[in-house]
Amino acid sequence: MLRTAAGIWHRGCARSYATATKPHALVFLEHNQGVLEPGSLSALTAAEQLGGQVSALIVGGASHVASAVEQAKKLKGVNTILHSASPAYEEPVAEDLSPLLKAILDSSVYTHVVSATSSTGKSLLPRVSAQLDAPTVSDVTSVEHDASTNATTFTRPIYAGNAIATVEAPSSILIKFFTVRGTAFSPALAQEGSEAKVGAVDPVHAATPLSEHLKTIVVKSDRPDLGIASRIVSGGRALKDAKTFADTLYPLADVLGAAVGASRAAVDAGYADNSLQVGQTGKVVAPQLYMALGISGAIQHLAGMKDSKLIVAINKDPDAPIFQVADVGLVADLYEAVPALIEQLKKD
Amino acid sequence: MRPSPSRLLNILVPIKRAVDYAVKIRVNPQQTGIDTNVKHSMNPFDEIAVEEAVRLRDRLKTEVKQIKTVSIGPPKSLDVLRQALAMGADSAIHVEVPESSPAPEPLAVAKALQAIIAREKEPVDMVILGKQAIDDDSGVTGQMLAGLLGWSQATFASKVEVDVSKGEVTVTREIDGGGEEIRCKLPVIITTDLRLNEPRYASLPNIMKAKKKPVEKLNAEALGVDFTPQLKTLKISEPPKRVGGGKVTSVQELVAKLKEAGITAV
Repeated sequence: MLRTAAGIWHRGCARSYATATKPHALVFLEHNQGVLEPGSLSALTAAEQLGGQVSALIVGGASHVASAVEQAKKLKGVNTILHSASPAYEEPVAEDLSPLLKAILDSSVYTHVVSATSSTGKSLLPRVSAQLDAPTVSDVTSVEHDASTNATTFTRPIYAGNAIATVEAPSSILIKFFTVRGTAFSPALAQEGSEAKVGAVDPVHAATPLSEHLKTIVVKSDRPDLGIASRIVSGGRALKDAKTFADTLYPLADVLGAAVGASRAAVDAGYADNSLQVGQTGKVVAPQLYMALGISGAIQHLAGMKDSKLIVAINKDPDAPIFQVADVGLVADLYEAVPALIEQLKKD
Repeated sequence: MRPSPSRLLNILVPIKRAVDYAVKIRVNPQQTGIDTNVKHSMNPFDEIAVEEAVRLRDRLKTEVKQIKTVSIGPPKSLDVLRQALAMGADSAIHVEVPESSPAPEPLAVAKALQAIIAREKEPVDMVILGKQAIDDDSGVTGQMLAGLLGWSQATFASKVEVDVSKGEVTVTREIDGGGEEIRCKLPVIITTDLRLNEPRYASLPNIMKAKKKPVEKLNAEALGVDFTPQLKTLKISEPPKRVGGGKVTSVQELVAKLKEAGITAV
């Protein structure tokens, strides 16, 4: 089953057995049409912090896998790359990927399985971890591995980020699964001279497919991606409707080169697409600048943005909770303030 | 055309009693947990799950045979079960966990649900769960259950269409950067996203009726499941406090502050 990768496996195994406590992480490396996802690069950094070997797993259609492998080879900290290509992995659902991941884990000695806290990672890792009787620790913000006790300690936010839990996965958990909060780790960078070993893994298909992908609904945007943008302009319920939302926010976002975000209220009211939602149940961001316009600052929203470097709030209500976390607050009608702000920014 | 008995759907909806979403939680001084002496309610995503099950019955009529709800938790979890019954579930199972013991971890919950599904007289065809509980924010139980059972899974669902005769479910999922549509074979595990529906309020007559609906009591031993946590919680702490930087009075001042931070137009 794992024919071509046998050599790599062997070397990997031998090394791991010799020093039984040395961690060996398998990172599920995601890509979008062959371009590595930033969240996965942060997951790589987290895996590297465990202090042992790091292998990456890349799956997809053949051409996308090839280009993703090329990028991954040059990344700092990646020792081995496993890749598996199949038409079934072009648009995979978790049921397609889990037999492959499980087969790899069954036949090797990984101590950790890591992914970004992405919709794919969140769907896949818990499914496989349960089959191996192990928990998945979700959305970790720090990792520390003690090689002598073989225990890994994680911190992760709970209660919408209003508390931080420090949890230990003891040595009794043989494979430690965790997903990584992208904003808590800097992405792994390319490094001169890095050249990871590459091995192909045969795809593993379920005898009877359980689910199939029908279509993808992509939200098109010329602006930076919300998850990785260094500046974000975000709007709330005060924006009235979808047109006002766009007319008010987009010009400011364009002046600043910022991504556009939204509160749940704005999403629920249909002003903005769900994929733009920032908060406990949406995206967690930590840009250089987060501008909250007409957002009151409910705890669910703060959970998604309070690690931003500079928070600027414009709100009519001087008592809005957002002002308690904002570095710069302006009490004003945003329909007057935002155009003035755009003008001022253009002038300077 | 009357559907044959084997075609009737049995739906199971696991729900969790959690600290109410509007409560500002406080970490206890011993740093062992949070002050739980606050308002609790049904996890918001689970309300959406119950609502979806009830709406499926509204749409599919007699093709839905029964909606059973289950909660694993302390004695007070009965409150959220009653709420689910008032919303339209037919019967409930309460897997009672002693008040003093730690909350079961998602994997243990998934195993308990697996055990419940195994002992049901009629096979369960669909389990609808919330995508995450707003207390531990893990978001893994549904996927774990699907893994244990070897069933298909449709996570972060924003739209669910069931074709009972074909034994298929078409689900629109919220994914990073947009959505996707997938088709799953029954039996299926579905986890709910916020956009799936708007949960109803239980009417007073329905609340009264819910009191007469059957609630079966079970515990970990009866299910043969161990609720001892695998992970060790070392500490629960306050997040670093963010101090607001005060207000400015004009757009000019605001721009000056932005400039100070190195932020200008591109």
